[in-house]
Amino acid sequence: MIVVDGVSKTFPNGTAALDNISAKIGEGEFIVLLGPSGCGKSTLLRLLTGLEAPSGGQILWPEGAAGPGDIGFVFQDATLMPWASAAENVYLPLRLRGTSRAETREAVMAALAQVGLAEFANAKPAALSGGMKMRVSIARALVGAPKLLLMDEPFAALDEFTRFKLQADLHDVWRRTGKTIVFVTHSIYEAAYLATRVLVMSARPGRVAADIINPVAEGPERRTAADYTAFVKTLSDVLRKVMPT
Amino acid sequence: MNRNMERAAPFIFGLVGLGLWQGAVWWLQVPLYVLPGPVAIVAAYAGDYAVLNAALLSTLTVTFAALLVSATLGVALALAMAASNLARAAIQPWAVILQVTPVVAIAPLIIIWVNQPFLALVVCATIVAFFPVLSNTAAGLAATPKELLDLFRLNGATRWQTLILLRLPAALPYFLAGLRISGTLALVGAVVAEFVAGSGGFASGLAYRILEAGYRLQIPRMFAALVLLALAGMAIYGVLGLFSRLMLRRRDAA
Repeated sequence: MIVVDGVSKTFPNGTAALDNISAKIGEGEFIVLLGPSGCGKSTLLRLLTGLEAPSGGQILWPEGAAGPGDIGFVFQDATLMPWASAAENVYLPLRLRGTSRAETREAVMAALAQVGLAEFANAKPAALSGGMKMRVSIARALVGAPKLLLMDEPFAALDEFTRFKLQADLHDVWRRTGKTIVFVTHSIYEAAYLATRVLVMSARPGRVAADIINPVAEGPERRTAADYTAFVKTLSDVLRKVMPT
Repeated sequence: MNRNMERAAPFIFGLVGLGLWQGAVWWLQVPLYVLPGPVAIVAAYAGDYAVLNAALLSTLTVTFAALLVSATLGVALALAMAASNLARAAIQPWAVILQVTPVVAIAPLIIIWVNQPFLALVVCATIVAFFPVLSNTAAGLAATPKELLDLFRLNGATRWQTLILLRLPAALPYFLAGLRISGTLALVGAVVAEFVAGSGGFASGLAYRILEAGYRLQIPRMFAALVLLALAGMAIYGVLGLFSRLMLRRRDAA
């Protein structure tokens, strides 16, 4: 369990991005941070990486702090290295930890297979579609078996059909691996589909306005089930209350 | 159709211009020592091609040596600037000062200081040429995608790994663009230095042939040397552009 304990973040220019955020991230949870732009959800994600320190409060890992490789990160853009093949891009986190290509070949191929890109191992990013690039990016985040997977609006730039497919595939990956995921989005539908728990955030400064367990049952009908529609409505109601008018 | 027209346009324009030029020279009976026509220039080249080609080769040797030194020096300084803010603060103003100082003004000094003529020419040409490589490579090293840098940090990358695996490859397109500009500047620098050295009696290179032809009022020969210079400049620009495209395509294409 990772504990976010009273975390605040004020930027040097005086902007208060986050105010006294507390939350517990349980193992295997798929937590979605949902909120309007400017509510600090991306800032919270960045604090979780440990690359930036909070101005107040603390983030506690079971073993104290996150180490190298403990966190997989997927950005809004695929951010692949254009000169490296899909496999080389996925190999990167392992390479940085000093493992050789030979001993990690299987792990790299497995990560690519997990996102359905086994045949595209040798393709350069220029030859891949936007959705495929995002898949490579997800494989790169998963390959090192991180304890926590952080995703910052990864599907926001994709078209609707690609987004639906990637959401379904990500959900499958989560179910198969039991990864702990924190996922940032401003899409209510995405939140209702992916999350086990939704943290709704309000803006300026960012606060947790609601912490709601997703009641929708797992399964192929998830997106069309009646309680999915009801959950979307619940989230919309909460968001309407926290939106600045 | 439209594309072909566009491709042919510069040649047609050039030919029409040359035709008008030749026509005017004939019609107005302009003396050769004032303005020779294209025919006289070609004839001058045909009559003296061995000397002119040797001079071109000499100028090109200086140019490429200077380009090589510029690339090495530019990348080395850019790396130093990327590695430390102190180095950046120390290097940047001097690079700019060197860039804005007219090489014509310092070339005589360099030719006196550096005894070996070839070396003196290379030093002058390098002073003119190295700045684009330096500033472009520095800009490329500074423009590494922030997300990828974060990813490297998250995975505990060392500075060395970040440099070799990320920052250098990410800066390559910038470096190549800088190299292309530096290539033509190296030619300009070589010619300017040759002019200075040539008036001091050092006989080599196209600039010297231009000076010599000017002194002897061999204006068509002077023009022939000028045309060679222009063609060499265009060739350098074209070849470096092609080199850059091929290299990036080879690296980034599937």
